[in-house]
Amino acid sequence: MFKNTKKLMLVFAIILAAAVAFAGCGAKKEEAPKADGEKKGLSGSITIAGSTSVQPLSEELAKAFMAKNPGVTVNVQGGGSSAGVKAANEGAAQIGASSRDLKEEEKGLGLTETKIALDGIAVVVNPKNQVSELTMEQIKGIFSGKITNWKEVGGKDAPISVVNREEGSGTRGAFEELILGKGTKFTDKALTQPSTGAVRTTVAGDENAIGYISLGTLNEEVKGVKVDGVEPTIDNVKNGSFKISRPFLYLTKGEMNEVTKAYIDFVMSEEGQKIVKEAHFIPVK
Amino acid sequence: MRKIHETIIEKLLLFSAVVAVLVVALITYFIFADGFPVMQKYGIAHFITGSDWHPLDKQFGLLPMIAGSFLVTLGALIIGVPLSVGCAIFLAEIAPKQVTRIIRPAIELLAGIPSVVYGFYGLVILVPLIRELFGGRGFSILGGSVVLAIMILPTVVNISEDAIRAVPKEYKEGSLALGATHWQTIKKVIVPSARSGILTAIVLGMGRAIGETMAVIMVVGNVATLPESILDPIRTLTGNIAIEMGYAAGEHAQALFATGIVLFVIIMILNFMVTLVPKRIGE
Repeated sequence: MFKNTKKLMLVFAIILAAAVAFAGCGAKKEEAPKADGEKKGLSGSITIAGSTSVQPLSEELAKAFMAKNPGVTVNVQGGGSSAGVKAANEGAAQIGASSRDLKEEEKGLGLTETKIALDGIAVVVNPKNQVSELTMEQIKGIFSGKITNWKEVGGKDAPISVVNREEGSGTRGAFEELILGKGTKFTDKALTQPSTGAVRTTVAGDENAIGYISLGTLNEEVKGVKVDGVEPTIDNVKNGSFKISRPFLYLTKGEMNEVTKAYIDFVMSEEGQKIVKEAHFIPVK
Repeated sequence: MRKIHETIIEKLLLFSAVVAVLVVALITYFIFADGFPVMQKYGIAHFITGSDWHPLDKQFGLLPMIAGSFLVTLGALIIGVPLSVGCAIFLAEIAPKQVTRIIRPAIELLAGIPSVVYGFYGLVILVPLIRELFGGRGFSILGGSVVLAIMILPTVVNISEDAIRAVPKEYKEGSLALGATHWQTIKKVIVPSARSGILTAIVLGMGRAIGETMAVIMVVGNVATLPESILDPIRTLTGNIAIEMGYAAGEHAQALFATGIVLFVIIMILNFMVTLVPKRIGE
């Protein structure tokens, strides 16, 4: 009996020691590369630098690309759209990423633009809300706290409950850039929800709420308002009539090297565009 | 042979104890190493007394979050403590065995529900309910307090009940023998004797409430401003970290670690209070 207990204790102690010893090394397990027909032995490393809005998407795409081509390393860096243009122009990065169209002076640099995706944001209200159309100015007024009652924009007499995303969110950054512009701040009375789903649930549950979500995640729980008379649909983003949208561009200069070309081809392929869609952006194809 | 076994096991057990201490030390070190420089740079007062939180514009006032954490916890205690202590007294003193057999597992089940489920329940049921009953936006201190009150229930009930059961039988018998009624005995003899245990339970419940993150994020609205009424939305310290950590970089990330430091200090004070309580009342 005593011996048994002792053995049990020993086993327990060994398990404990093993658990402690292995606790540190569980983190990274490289995914086995898929045996994919196209093993051309592509190797090398490229850098993508620029817009922080494009960054998460680039990371997803790079991960998938690297899984297919084990010899390739794709580094994804931030820095902002302007930095992306500069990096591509000066050759600091093989690919510059931008989440806006090029400015006039940037167009003269001779960069090749590849539109990899579109980003659209729908302004959403509760389906019971009688307001179904807002102008860009009205949206700006609501989110900056100048307009605080629905009757000011043609609704009933009720306070507007603004729902915002958290500081640092890509959707918030895009919305701020496209709607508020420089120098205007979000109202500090806005509720903050940390995800698209939470914003949607909040707006779906409150008749007086207004929020914004990525166009790719719009569903029937909430009502996407017309902006300057244009319905928030993927088609309207693609044809450029829906205003709260922006392109995601990859910029390259001169002749692309083999890896860069393979990467951009991958991004534009069906598989790459599927990743774009899964990340809630709008594919260009 | 036996000696070797003994020594090996002793060493292994010592090792596991050391690992626990080491982990705490490492975590503490990293929180302070990452968060303290930014606190020094902008001044500790800027963090603790500033009321503007705009991390991208270098405004790191944590006062709204400190107030938020305290208010929502206080609310949880006001609602939760009478309920829990009442429940503990009932279970330990009044309830017949069969009733205890139903209530206790039910309370233990409460402890097993993941916090995100409480949060979701709060978001879908409680928030709209508060909006309908009291007006306002529903996301509020009140909502957070109610959710937290339910969440601290198991902790406070269990520990208080143990404390009440630990009161020596003689106290109760003596009191009853002197002609006191059952309720008088509970009120004047049993609860005061179990005071230290009940206080420990409350402080532990408080620690649980102040540290809770997910459930609170979903019901308090996360507005980083000082509230004016209990129907106003607020943001807690834990919520501040959880909401913004996903994208924070540079000083923004460091400021979130600084939020962690503030929370860490508050929880250390709470833990210190726990060790203090039994000593004073044991006299």
